[in-house]
Amino acid sequence: MPFIPHTDKDTREMLEVIGADSIEDLFDEIPVELKIDQLEHVPDALSEMQISRLMRSRARMDGSPSCFIGAGAYEHHIPTAVWDIATRGEFYSAYTPYQAEASQGTLQVIYEYQTMITELTGLDVSNASLYDGASALAEASLMAVRANRRVKSGRVLLAPGVNPVYEQVAAAISGSQGLSFERLPQDAATGNVDFENLPVGREPVAVVVQQPSFFGTLDDVDRLTDWAHEQGAVLISVVNPISLAILKPPGQWGAEGADIAIGEGQPLGVPMSSGGPYFGFMTCKQKHVRQMPGRIVGRTTDLDDNPGFALTLQAREQHIRRSKATSNICTNQGLMVTAATIYMSLLGFEGLVEVANTSHANTSALVDGLCGIDGVDRLFDGPFFHEVAVALDRPVGPILDALAANNILGGFDLSPIVGSDALLVCATETKTAEDIAAFVAAFAAAMA
Amino acid sequence: MSDLPGDLLYTKDHEWLRREDDGSVTIGITDHAQQALGDLVYVELPEVDQEVDEGGDMAVVESVKAASDVYAPISGSIVAVNEDLADDPEKINSDPYGDGWILRMKASEGIDEAALLSPDDYQAHLDELDD
Repeated sequence: MPFIPHTDKDTREMLEVIGADSIEDLFDEIPVELKIDQLEHVPDALSEMQISRLMRSRARMDGSPSCFIGAGAYEHHIPTAVWDIATRGEFYSAYTPYQAEASQGTLQVIYEYQTMITELTGLDVSNASLYDGASALAEASLMAVRANRRVKSGRVLLAPGVNPVYEQVAAAISGSQGLSFERLPQDAATGNVDFENLPVGREPVAVVVQQPSFFGTLDDVDRLTDWAHEQGAVLISVVNPISLAILKPPGQWGAEGADIAIGEGQPLGVPMSSGGPYFGFMTCKQKHVRQMPGRIVGRTTDLDDNPGFALTLQAREQHIRRSKATSNICTNQGLMVTAATIYMSLLGFEGLVEVANTSHANTSALVDGLCGIDGVDRLFDGPFFHEVAVALDRPVGPILDALAANNILGGFDLSPIVGSDALLVCATETKTAEDIAAFVAAFAAAMA
Repeated sequence: MSDLPGDLLYTKDHEWLRREDDGSVTIGITDHAQQALGDLVYVELPEVDQEVDEGGDMAVVESVKAASDVYAPISGSIVAVNEDLADDPEKINSDPYGDGWILRMKASEGIDEAALLSPDDYQAHLDELDD
């Protein structure tokens, strides 16, 4: 869908038709005090030459460090074909087009994406994506309230391993809609849920479980799912899509499976790019589909019995239900989803398994190396996927600075979150044995 | 011209009420409403025993082109819902005053018939909308 800007002539002609003298005249209903002439801190427009130069110089400041930070965004190898195809003119738009059914190719990509994500998560239906993993948790929490109307508490219980940033975003988006978020108790040894001290009688509308946890650990998701259902809650799972190649999909957790699965889609072919754009994914059981926010593409047949694709279940959406819509921020991230779909197609399921297994093996090697250093130990026991929290016997900041001087991004400083000196490290399939050895050597030197 | 049984009470929101012998009230949407909505694809029903206030929304009827709330014409509690609508929402299209009933309520404080429309009043309301 091309973007065609209006010429002055177009604008004049349109104004004439609707009987307005000028653009200002068109908007004069808006009180003057609500209009902002100049946004603070936003400089005037630059020319193409100026902006290219500025962006190149800023990009150079990033350098090309060896990255061992995960904590929600993960560096994976992206085959060149992914963005070569995704940036073709036919796909290169951020949105589902307004005349959606005229763009069968765009709808088919989304349909294929939905199919892949439902297969990964083991649930029945997927939407066309959301903004990112954090806002997907907010949407899932609001969805749980609609799907679980019997429970009036508005209370969402979070496992200790749910990304703290996701909690902040979810609370910011849904706090004014009567939702509150509380943490379940943490077992100090494993970092996972402390089953001995689970709260009783809290009447949660939803329980959120992240697997692998923010600390990289693997929780007993079967037991947690069953516990959540015993409490009358909807179980929301937060999952890493790459991990689902080797871990049990949320649809199979516990006796009945998770009700909703969400997560950050960035690991599927989207570059880390200083934090975005990413995309959030969301799947759920069939019985909750009418409460699901966002667009859903369905497969159908036209009058001549040819297969085709159409937006479906639109009565949930804001352009039809207005104030009763399932969400008013339910745009999808079409371009990121296109990249993810191509990424998954190129790798295939076996490719995803290989990425997951290699990432796990590399992280195991990294942790073995780090724990051989005096003053470094694992913070939590138990199995992990591709990320591990390590405890240090001294402040983390100076160590990270020393690693940065060696062109290594050494990890995510967990200290403010866990209240002790700790670091979260991750090694995906992009790291070689030499990269890992270099990291461990630089770490040992910094600790010496 | 839409069908308008003479033994029912109506609301301006295009709902009908029938007083049952056991004191409960059966509620549905009118023939006019089902025609305006078009083919129904889904009905969201409340829970039995749920309390509703007059004017509050208690159900949703969804067609291929719109979704519309069903408002409580009286205050009271839900005593029954038409479970058949889960699989056959189109019953509202084919038989809005019979098999297409939506739910049954028990009024908490009697029913103020003056606040509701007689068939003639409802017909007048429809005529006004046509003008």
